[in-house]
Amino acid sequence: MKNLFAKIILVPVLVSLLAGCIQQAPAGNTISPAPTVSAPQELRLATTTSTCDTGLLDVLNKKFEEENNIKIFTLCDGTGKAIATGELGAADVVMVHAVQAELKAVANGSFINRSYMMYNYFVIIGPENDPAGVKNASNAADAFRSIAAKQVPFISRGDDSGTHQMEKSIWKAASVTPAGAWYQSVGKGMGETITTADTRGVYTLSDRGTYLAMKDRIKLKILFKSDQTYLFNPYHVMAVNPAKFPNVKYDLALKYIDYVISPQGQDIIGSFGRDKYGEALFTPTADINEQ
Amino acid sequence: MTEELIRIENLSKSFGNKEVLKNINLQFNRGEIFALIGPSGAGKTTLLRILDFLETPSGGRLAFNRLQLNGSQKTDARRRMSMLFQAPAVFNESVFNNVAYGLRIRRVDKYTLEKKVRNALAIVGLEGKERQRARTLSGGEAQRMAFARAIVYDPDILLLDEPTANLDPANAAKVEEMIKRIRDEHGTTIVIATHNIYQVRRIADRVGILLNGELIEVNSRDGIFTAPKDARSAAFLKGEMIY
Amino acid sequence: MSSADFLFQGIIRAFELIFSLNPYILSITGVSIKVSGAATILATLTALPLAFAISFLNFRGRQALITLVNTGMGLPPVFVGLVVFVMLVPAGPLGLLNMIYTQKAMILAQYILITPVITGISLAAIKAVPKPVIETVYTLGGNEKDAAVAVLKEARYGIITAVLAGLGRALAEVGAILIVGGNIALTGSVGGIGEGLSETRTLTTAITSETSKGDISTSIALGIILISLVLSVNILANFFQRRD
Repeated sequence: MKNLFAKIILVPVLVSLLAGCIQQAPAGNTISPAPTVSAPQELRLATTTSTCDTGLLDVLNKKFEEENNIKIFTLCDGTGKAIATGELGAADVVMVHAVQAELKAVANGSFINRSYMMYNYFVIIGPENDPAGVKNASNAADAFRSIAAKQVPFISRGDDSGTHQMEKSIWKAASVTPAGAWYQSVGKGMGETITTADTRGVYTLSDRGTYLAMKDRIKLKILFKSDQTYLFNPYHVMAVNPAKFPNVKYDLALKYIDYVISPQGQDIIGSFGRDKYGEALFTPTADINEQ
Repeated sequence: MTEELIRIENLSKSFGNKEVLKNINLQFNRGEIFALIGPSGAGKTTLLRILDFLETPSGGRLAFNRLQLNGSQKTDARRRMSMLFQAPAVFNESVFNNVAYGLRIRRVDKYTLEKKVRNALAIVGLEGKERQRARTLSGGEAQRMAFARAIVYDPDILLLDEPTANLDPANAAKVEEMIKRIRDEHGTTIVIATHNIYQVRRIADRVGILLNGELIEVNSRDGIFTAPKDARSAAFLKGEMIY
Repeated sequence: MSSADFLFQGIIRAFELIFSLNPYILSITGVSIKVSGAATILATLTALPLAFAISFLNFRGRQALITLVNTGMGLPPVFVGLVVFVMLVPAGPLGLLNMIYTQKAMILAQYILITPVITGISLAAIKAVPKPVIETVYTLGGNEKDAAVAVLKEARYGIITAVLAGLGRALAEVGAILIVGGNIALTGSVGGIGEGLSETRTLTTAITSETSKGDISTSIALGIILISLVLSVNILANFFQRRD
């Protein structure tokens, strides 16, 4: 009877596993993209939500894909998640905005070819009537102090993203440990955090780009923006180290990085958003002297 | 001439501490209708189940055609027998497929199968109901269908456990008629367990009385009613006459 | 815009998207059906022999297997997603398979989730077959194999229900496939909404991301399709259940 059992269980299981493998062998989409000469190669990019939600990547990556016959699979999550994905070898290239975390990851050998690609600023957004009086703060730390003192509701990304890490450093600079019912951590991406803050009419920290992209759909306004020390938001792109994960597509990752910092890529970044929002959402690093 | 088909020697059966059958000695001859009677709980059902290999005896021997059977021989013997329960299990299929079951597992060809099934349905009076879902039959119809299912492959031995116990008089009469017909036309040996004395009078050739797991008397039908050998038989038959 | 307006406009726009056969929405629906469908087929191929073996064969570890099936039925999808993710990332033990963030990984995760479901419900269906059926088979001259086949046949409607239950679960699932699939869509915008054609984006994961982006009409469109699919599966299951 044991023999029968083994046959009955193992044969169909093996057959189905085999069938599963064969069925998946033709890679990718059921609906294929525009006809190309040969099958496009695949590059996996892990990035933060601000680059996705603003729509920048739709434009930036499209050009790269067309010119190189490469399909980019973009994973939009948070900086923390993107870096973690890279450190697990599950992505080929990573585009994030959290300097401390990036440097740490490079130091432990997870990433190489870290390149500065663009920047913008963080802004503190909130309800138009500004109950915390943030508009009159002298710097970001000061603004946060006001919010904490008056216990005005504030929403934090809470997801270890670049924005969240920036927020934490501001609280630190303000010598405030935010705690209490007024401070809520949502663990969501930038777009969703803004939506949540908007529905409740409360404060949050956002990168300028995502806010601008959503500006017309929400009621919150930028209340504080001009602090260049605390609110500077640089984006870097880096390749996952092939020494650590031999199977990553390192050459494709390099190609992508080169493209992003090339005049062509920087041009696209610099003009993105101008027609739709009246101003560019990100500043390419070529303009770094304009600070 | 009587040909012995089944011989039961010193059979006993216990379920745990409860002794359900003891010291059963009996034989069944080809082509006879043997009635096993006794009150409920006497052990009739258990004896039939042992005959059909649904239970194994605790002691004693069972011989078919003077042979003691083992292993696959039991399966072969079972294929030439058939049993009908008080409340038959009906397959969730059409009447036709239910009746055809025994023929299908014997790999009978399509043409012969269809003929035999229709024939069996005619015998039990269910012609025209082939396509009907068996679960929708009435109690009496289901019992008759089960009968057709049991005889369709011409078994040598038919074991019936209180086949008319749940039936109205009309259906019960039909079933008794079917029993006699099967024996008359095919020479099938029939063992019927019942507590209905009237039924025994009507159809049995020989009778065995089972009381508390013991076979107290085996006699011809006329013999047991006119001149029972055991005092208890007479008492039982008299006392239970009101069935 | 009042909230009633907002919802109303959203629903109108959603139907526009569906009836215009918007390619973004179609590709997402396609991936949903493909992933959940494949997972259900593979799960059924495993679950049925398993249910058969547990019901009819006696072997060492049979009880342990039953416990495993019952536990499996209650596995939280995100937990399965987590385990599969950890196994499949290049840093993990099965990293060499290069399966992370692919449809294959999603099918694997759902396969793990629904095999116990189909097995468990099939087991119940088989158990529900009255014991007299088996004895009837024996009395009609059948052997053990015949009895097993007859029981499976009697349980057939229950088993079909089990498979459909598995399919319904797979279609509605979001946690596991979000983690192992990554909700990836190709670059660009096809059909004027969302992003490019779906790579590992399904109805459920797309609703998650579209809602967080604030694109409610697209979410509603996807939601309508999702609920239609799930409803159809349930109606079909109901039909078979009543035939029992």
